[in-house]
Amino acid sequence: MNPMKQTVNVLVPVGQLGGGIRAEEVANGIAWGAHAIAVDAGSTDSGAAYLAMEMSKNSCAAVKRDLQILMEAQARARIPLTIGSCGQAGGDAGVNWTRDIVVELAEELKLHPRIALLYSEQDKRVLKEKNAQGKIQALPPPHPMTDALIDSCDHIVAAMGAEPYIAALDAGADIVLGGRTTDTAVIAALPLMRGSGAGAAWHAAKIAECGALCTTDPARGSGVFLRIGEDSFVVEPLSTGIRCDTYSVSAHMLYENSDPFRLIEPGGILDVTAARYHQLDERSVRVVGSRWETRPYTMKLEGAAGGPFQTIMLIGIQDPSVLANLDRFHDRMLAALHGRVSRSIGEGVDYDISLRLYGWNAVSGLPVSSDATPPREVGVLFVATAPSQEMATRIAKTCNPYFFHFPLEAGTELPSYGFPFSPAEIERGRVYEFELNHVVAVNDPLELVRIEWVKRFDAKA
Amino acid sequence: MPNLRDVCRYIRSKNAGPFWVTIDLFFKDEESFRKYHASEAISPPRIAEAYGVDPALVKYFAVDNLNVVKISFPRKTPQGGVVERDIHQGQQYVRLLSIELT
Repeated sequence: MNPMKQTVNVLVPVGQLGGGIRAEEVANGIAWGAHAIAVDAGSTDSGAAYLAMEMSKNSCAAVKRDLQILMEAQARARIPLTIGSCGQAGGDAGVNWTRDIVVELAEELKLHPRIALLYSEQDKRVLKEKNAQGKIQALPPPHPMTDALIDSCDHIVAAMGAEPYIAALDAGADIVLGGRTTDTAVIAALPLMRGSGAGAAWHAAKIAECGALCTTDPARGSGVFLRIGEDSFVVEPLSTGIRCDTYSVSAHMLYENSDPFRLIEPGGILDVTAARYHQLDERSVRVVGSRWETRPYTMKLEGAAGGPFQTIMLIGIQDPSVLANLDRFHDRMLAALHGRVSRSIGEGVDYDISLRLYGWNAVSGLPVSSDATPPREVGVLFVATAPSQEMATRIAKTCNPYFFHFPLEAGTELPSYGFPFSPAEIERGRVYEFELNHVVAVNDPLELVRIEWVKRFDAKA
Repeated sequence: MPNLRDVCRYIRSKNAGPFWVTIDLFFKDEESFRKYHASEAISPPRIAEAYGVDPALVKYFAVDNLNVVKISFPRKTPQGGVVERDIHQGQQYVRLLSIELT
């Protein structure tokens, strides 16, 4: 079945740790001769709050459940387990959160893995020095790097490449828990360490980073199995009930990438312009012709900052006269709410109110064409944004009677719109944004990375 | 002239990191792709206009082995900002469905 003589085989059990690993799939991958288990645990997709607040999108229970399957497989098969972007954002807190779950499981399962921890959260002082040396470069859309921008961030991480994982594996790690890492590097590490071709290793890792998303039926499987050779690789689903075909595999290069041909990694660029996809058998696809161009080593920075605070309220409207005049209703109500705030709280408060008409144009924010049919009902989300939670809530409370009872026409009876909650206002917390879109040049891939070991299971310690 | 939705079997939009949006147009078949992939209606200037972004930053790729056109551009407001409407940008393709191809 496999045309390549010697391959390095990586079991990628799921697109994100905590996403629901299937034990039977992991058993398949082990039986097929996996040399490593590799999985990504994070992403920036869900927003900056997770990095700023040091929390995971996944629950501890879901991550522990997935980790149990992987740790048991790791111990039985005696192959390394590498996990990237631990705890969602990959900050130091995320690595420690994952470490604690792994240590707890090791005790429960009576396992003794050698655990390496890779930290890539950055010291602001070091980054300022790098910036002063001209080692930090803005990515498009460019935004110049300044000390103030660095200081504005609550937490800053640098995305690691494969090298820190290779260093930990070289030093005998059974389990490597990494902070922020490119989705691909955690998968490419062992193949690169064992001499697979760089083009094949990085391309395979990109195809597998979302698990079964590169198969024809992602809902019926979780992971994929990679066989990586010198100048080609083979990918197949871990679930025997589904398939990879040339289309499902090649189309994955489009996913969440701004460029479908070139993927920028810390020490180079994966170029798949000349890659060719062949159906090897019913379930697996062989890929040849992926190229790797070595470049000066840079790490992408991600920094999250907390901004103002928000308090929200929600109503539902079915009144046909309002529905037939939604834009006018929106504009009149917004003006009335601003008037109410300036009368009761006063001028000079830095705040924002936005009214979003779900069922009309909340998702696009664009004007609706004048011949559009009125909807059957709309939900109106009120969002007050202010420098403090207290002020945002004060604005919401002030607006409360107007928001719930604002008539379409002035001087008519006051309606009551459908509001679902009491108390009506919901404190949403802060607005978090990613502030950095920059790369930092390093002299060595480990320069901005700290490697530590969990001592309690380390027989040699 | 057909609308974009008539010549594509699938259209999607998604964030590509916190600062970029990417839109994939999966044309129905090779014929539709050949005929319309270079249409002015989906050219970078027109996409820039539809999304209110700088045309110089719009990237356009024709992926011929997949009959796909990929268009990427920076988000107008950063992900998760004060007036965020679509964190994943997953609904932002919809405004392209009925654009007329020339």
